[in-house]
Amino acid sequence: MARSTMPLLSVRDLSVAFRQGEREMLALDHVSFDIGKGETVALVGESGSGKSCAALSVMKLLPYPQAHHPSGSIVFKGKDLIPASEREMQRVRGDDISIIFQEPLTSLNPLHTIEKQIAEVLEVHRGLRGPAARARVIELLSQVGIPDPESRLAGYPHQLSGGQRQRVMIALALANEPDLLIADEPTTALDVTVQAQILKLLKDLQARLGMAMLFITHDLGIVRQVADHVHVMTQGKIVEHGPVERVYTAPQHPYTRQLLAAEPKKEPAPLNPSGPIVVRTDDLKVWFPIKRGMLRSVVGHIKAVDGVSIELRKGETLGVVGESGSGKTTLGLAILRLISSDGPVVFMGHQLQGLKFKAMRPYRRNMQIVFQDPYGSLSPRLSVSDIIEEGLWVHHPKMPADERERRVIRALTDVGLEPSTRFRYPHEFSGGQRQRIAVARAIVLEPTFVVLDEPTSALDMLIQSQIVALLRKLQRDRDLTYMFISHDLKVVSALASRIMVMRQGKVVEEGPAAEVFAAPKSDYTRALFAAAFSLETAAADVVAE
Amino acid sequence: MDARAPRSIPETPLTTPTGPVLAPAPSRFGLSPLNRRRWENFKRNRRGYMSLWIFAVLFVLSLSAELIANDQPIYIRYDGTSYFPVLFTYPDTTFADKNDPDVLGTAADYRNDPDLIARINKKGWIVWPPIRFHYDTRVDNPPMPFPSKPTWALTRADCAKAAEGGFAKCDAKLEPNWLGTDVNGRDVAARLIYGFRISVLFGLILTVLSSVVGVIAGAVQGYFGGWTDLLFQRVIEIWTSIPELYLLLILSAVLAQGFFTLLGILLLFSWVGLVRLVRAEFLRGRNFEYITAARALGVSNAVIMFRHLLPNAMVATMTYVPFILSGAVMTLTALDFLGFGLPPGSPSLGELLNEAKANPYAWWLGLSGFFTVAIMLSLLIFIGEAVRDAFDARKIFR
Repeated sequence: MARSTMPLLSVRDLSVAFRQGEREMLALDHVSFDIGKGETVALVGESGSGKSCAALSVMKLLPYPQAHHPSGSIVFKGKDLIPASEREMQRVRGDDISIIFQEPLTSLNPLHTIEKQIAEVLEVHRGLRGPAARARVIELLSQVGIPDPESRLAGYPHQLSGGQRQRVMIALALANEPDLLIADEPTTALDVTVQAQILKLLKDLQARLGMAMLFITHDLGIVRQVADHVHVMTQGKIVEHGPVERVYTAPQHPYTRQLLAAEPKKEPAPLNPSGPIVVRTDDLKVWFPIKRGMLRSVVGHIKAVDGVSIELRKGETLGVVGESGSGKTTLGLAILRLISSDGPVVFMGHQLQGLKFKAMRPYRRNMQIVFQDPYGSLSPRLSVSDIIEEGLWVHHPKMPADERERRVIRALTDVGLEPSTRFRYPHEFSGGQRQRIAVARAIVLEPTFVVLDEPTSALDMLIQSQIVALLRKLQRDRDLTYMFISHDLKVVSALASRIMVMRQGKVVEEGPAAEVFAAPKSDYTRALFAAAFSLETAAADVVAE
Repeated sequence: MDARAPRSIPETPLTTPTGPVLAPAPSRFGLSPLNRRRWENFKRNRRGYMSLWIFAVLFVLSLSAELIANDQPIYIRYDGTSYFPVLFTYPDTTFADKNDPDVLGTAADYRNDPDLIARINKKGWIVWPPIRFHYDTRVDNPPMPFPSKPTWALTRADCAKAAEGGFAKCDAKLEPNWLGTDVNGRDVAARLIYGFRISVLFGLILTVLSSVVGVIAGAVQGYFGGWTDLLFQRVIEIWTSIPELYLLLILSAVLAQGFFTLLGILLLFSWVGLVRLVRAEFLRGRNFEYITAARALGVSNAVIMFRHLLPNAMVATMTYVPFILSGAVMTLTALDFLGFGLPPGSPSLGELLNEAKANPYAWWLGLSGFFTVAIMLSLLIFIGEAVRDAFDARKIFR
């Protein structure tokens, strides 16, 4: 796209510092970028690189006065926003510049109807009221592709799916036809199929309305689809910028090269058809009853997992794929008997179904789990050493202290952490390091079977591939059997020897990974792969939001 | 967690030769970084921090009330031997020559036996506490009818009246009552010191006990949820709808008044306060992934509750504890004021306030009672506010 002589937004030498007690933390260090009219500029970087901070400072939404700008200017339409007063900013926000956030669940007010939330913006900036406002709201909702918008007006956010909520957020942002739309990781919280739809919508709208877009993401695949110009950020600085094609084909800075090479290597564990069966389920069901009325009679069931049969042999990795709500995590928890289920669960030849908590305990040593959220899965008040050795206390209560310590140190070394860090607390570690601690907790008991519940979803690309490499190494060294649950097909394809695609509690397709990826049999699987690998949207009847 | 002490680590296979030296384990009693930051935040609240110091000094002083206000001397040196009347009771023969016919071998009465004092002073010396009254010591030679004025506030007219009415003369021999006496002729200053101590101790014990019971009840409800929670909550609702004061009046008519009886009765109702809070924290906490992780490790429910969940619930609990403490002190004072508190004769602040109400002209009763209660409660509230702010992770201090 041709760039006009005068860019719409011109950020020059912008720095942001946060005061923390006596110390100052520099979050943004002399950052400069321009956005022309109708252009899309992407800021890419891992979490903590300052990309969101840059976006928020354009809107002046940082927590002032803890945050302040030691240097720089933000010139929007020829006017510097840094010295602008709060009142002037209020006129700019939502009218000239608007923003979409990552989490559609928390960015809409749960107590207001859809109509009220959008109409509020119209009233504040345009003074639109009554029927005129309503007509505009309906127009906006149909613009962002919400089917039957009239019937949605009186609805509340919780009645919409995640993708639809994000569409409402976009409608909100577009309400006053802004010149610049800031999209701060707008699809990170969404499923791949929905992500593809939202990206398509944003591109369409941009072309139709001719607005500029500042797109913030950690996902390089998206940038390539969406942006004209890309700025790569790390540690508060822009290290490389240029047209998307140039940056992708000929990256200059080592960090960019590292990012581009971060895609996890495809080296799945081999199939092991003659090995012993580690986990077998037969028609496993997890049904949650729906109770109604005074007598709480059961009127139906939510079928979270509905008749799933698994046969997983030693040393294999079963990749369980599906959108959120497809029951894949529930399946993992049911196999570990952390929630009640129906149908046999056989672990190493032992029937686990129906065992009491105490009777389960000896088996727990051999089956472990690693969770998605490295921030939620470690107790914040225990030191790393306490966290890792907890399992040893349960299963080897008589183990001498020095032996226990040796095991903790070995587990930490195995996951690539310095053993001297074991007296620290989880909050002192980064997300990737925390996930390593969670893996150490799982392997310290030397289990045979580990359920990995989206272990890489909360991590940056670079860290993701490191964790994938770690998991692969551990599997080889210790002959582990994995059940790898993820919505991220790229990561799954890097690890899984078998694939199981789930949808609404049922298995859609199952088979050796190579076969499924090469020739998916069901339409749903094909749509999923298309959305994940090339960000294409599928026909609406295959993937409903 | 006690087997941490020996730290013999085989270094060879585990660390690279150039690897860093393993960090020593932090001391068991050292504050975790989080708690250190809270302590720093607490200190930054000057008012709360000063209040804590003042309160601590007052409390420690009042704990040694026997050395400050007592009708026994602290120390007696007699005939080359040391005696501690505060701690031990001595017969008056101890301080007399062997065959003195005046002594009877009864317990030495240091206040009302001038001969005894004279004998001791002849062969040694006495160290008195700054206030020579115990909380139940009756002033036997007042300058005016009870309640009598603080000695320093006696006017010439008062002294003239004392001379007429046959009361003690205003001279150097007059025993000082710094804050006057109450209706029963007991020294107000001494009663305030002991009253402060008993109030704070009562409040502390009640707070600790009701926190323990409340936390356990809330933890069980929140952790197990479902029917346990439903039943418990209904029981608590019924329980809290019992009018506390009336029950207290009935019970105090049936049971003998006493420190521990009162504590028990108040405990019956005060434990409910924390339950909701702790229950909510546990309800929230039990769905955290690290709880599921602990269950996946086979950790038992009791250990999960107390090792993983309780520390989180303690933050909410800790912010409330100072307020529970001041509430307990206030309740005790109120009950004493109404006459349903501690047994008669106890050094209670409420009783003092009640006497002040009955004798409004005796300003020294009202003022000293008011200031003691007001200062004590203000200090506790200031400390409580500072604790609450220090635990608030989002609060920014400048």
